Amino acid sequence: MSVQASPTLFMAMATAATATSAHPDVVSIARVAPPSSLRRTRSKEMWARALRVRFPATLNRGRGFASKAGPQGKVQEAGQGTHSPRLATQGAGRVPAAKIEHLERLALVNFGSREAVARLEKAIAFADQLHAVDTDGVEPLESVLEDRCVYLRSDNVAEGNCTEELLRNSHHVVEEYFVAPPGNISLPDLVNKTPSPTAE
Amino acid sequence: MEGELSGVLNRRCVEAAVMTGLALNCHINKKSLFDRKHYFYSDLPAGYQITQQRLPIAANGHLTYSVYMGKKRSQMTTKTVRIKQIQLEQDSGKSLHDDLRSQTLIDLNRAGVGLLEVVLEPDLCCGEEAAIAVRELQMILQALGTSQANMAEGQLRVDANVSVHHPGEPLGVRTEVKNLNSLRFLAKAIDYEIQRQITELENGGEILNETRSFDYKLGCTVSMRDKEGKQDYRFMPEPNLPPLVLYDATSLPADADSQQVVNIDQLRDMLPELPSATRERLVQQYGILPEHSFTLLNEVGLLEFFQSVIKETRAEPKRVINWVLNTLLYYLKQQNLAVSESPVTPAALAELLDLLDSKAISSSAAKQVFEELWKGEGKTAAQIVTEQQLELMQDREALEQLCQAAIDGHPQVVMDVKNRNPKAINKLIGLVRRTSLSRADPTLIKEILERKLSL
Repeated sequence: MSVQASPTLFMAMATAATATSAHPDVVSIARVAPPSSLRRTRSKEMWARALRVRFPATLNRGRGFASKAGPQGKVQEAGQGTHSPRLATQGAGRVPAAKIEHLERLALVNFGSREAVARLEKAIAFADQLHAVDTDGVEPLESVLEDRCVYLRSDNVAEGNCTEELLRNSHHVVEEYFVAPPGNISLPDLVNKTPSPTAE
Repeated sequence: MEGELSGVLNRRCVEAAVMTGLALNCHINKKSLFDRKHYFYSDLPAGYQITQQRLPIAANGHLTYSVYMGKKRSQMTTKTVRIKQIQLEQDSGKSLHDDLRSQTLIDLNRAGVGLLEVVLEPDLCCGEEAAIAVRELQMILQALGTSQANMAEGQLRVDANVSVHHPGEPLGVRTEVKNLNSLRFLAKAIDYEIQRQITELENGGEILNETRSFDYKLGCTVSMRDKEGKQDYRFMPEPNLPPLVLYDATSLPADADSQQVVNIDQLRDMLPELPSATRERLVQQYGILPEHSFTLLNEVGLLEFFQSVIKETRAEPKRVINWVLNTLLYYLKQQNLAVSESPVTPAALAELLDLLDSKAISSSAAKQVFEELWKGEGKTAAQIVTEQQLELMQDREALEQLCQAAIDGHPQVVMDVKNRNPKAINKLIGLVRRTSLSRADPTLIKEILERKLSL
């Protein structure tokens, strides 16, 4: 099993988890292959079209995927309550340490503890249930907006000229420039200097 | 409610992208998609850039350019570089590195502004080829009105991916070279990097897949920090932008809102004359050589200068092109001036060529006049001719007398001429020219001498 922890995956985790925590059996799978011929499908990143998930009205859209407080708590609840069919994972379902480090660097999160990593692994395993669905010949659903066309606006300047207002967002500006630290500071330095928000 | 989720796209960006795709012989995708490319940098406030990684607006095109080789640059070969794709994306802000105060200054004015990225296949073999190809692309973009494509002002930015390999083997590990803000530096940087990689490999080393910056002061590429290794951009579909759908004459919906519909066929009809067509037209129209045509377009403002002179002079285009390329351009290059900075105006050159055309002055005299005009002291060609007494002798009889005098005074040379010594006649012509104070047309002198000597 190759783990691709992309924001899409987190999205699948977060929303599916939100759904299941409130209503254990709201995840209804329209088409599922019989257990004896469970097949792995190709598109791991895309939501299977046949999977219909109902969101409760209070779905929090504003959550950033890189935020530490996000999926972790929810997944624990989901792990307890769901009756959805589970796929047997290959290997031990463990995410290698090098991969964790790489993810931390890319998404600027800190998994901090072994427990946090375990939660991640459970979340991945939960999302892997998507493989239970036979999506052969079904085009992936990449966007709920797929049947619409992007709106084209005319090339007119309608807003702007608000330099002062924008610069007020920062308490430190230099000659109308925002100020940032030099280049990208590599992660080990940051980790040592700032206490991790997820540290337990 | 649903509509609030969707972002909007500037129509002009789409039109520019389609026209550029058509000009570069690409397949235009009637449906293209937008993605998010994630990375952290201070000039990217959102933490991601919207681009078209999965399905761009145009793909599989080619750009044709001409390479002039040989000493006189007269041997022309046509080459092609394939276009992998053209995609619409967002620009980031601009960073200014202040190493002294250990800070980076961020200007977000251009963040979010539409960009067109043109991705070329690795078909270019050296710095010069790359510079010529990019120059051609620059001219196409300018002709289309897609961009002013000024590299120094960052309107056209070029990153070069360079690798080396033995013939027959697959492509080697590539490095990306950035900070190239002129065609000259582009060529220099690429050639440096090719050599650096070859030397490294020949010494048993290996090439790292990294980003390098071109240091124009040192003329070399320097490694930019890349301890992260290969970047993982975590591409995902952009949730706020639905697919971009384009139409053509056959697929155009009947009740279409013209503001919302981009018609590829309509844009194709609106394509202006592209540089390659312009060059051919000039060859046909003025009877000049392809390499002349190439230079006229390649030097900024030179075509306009040439056409202004043509309009104001009686002289033949062949003569005009000769003076514009061999004299004017030569002087400009000597002093590293742009055409717009030329002290000689098209009108002044036109006047000079008229004097030459009417045989009021000789070509050597014309060169002297040009030299004087170049000083930019405001004198006209006619004034300079009078001041320096450069007018050609109009008195035919007087010239005949000078020729006779030369013949009479140099019997040995005359003997050589009669013995068919090819250089002797030139010597005689030279003698007459000296006595006429260079105010006689050498062709006429030769004609008179030959008649007198019954050749």
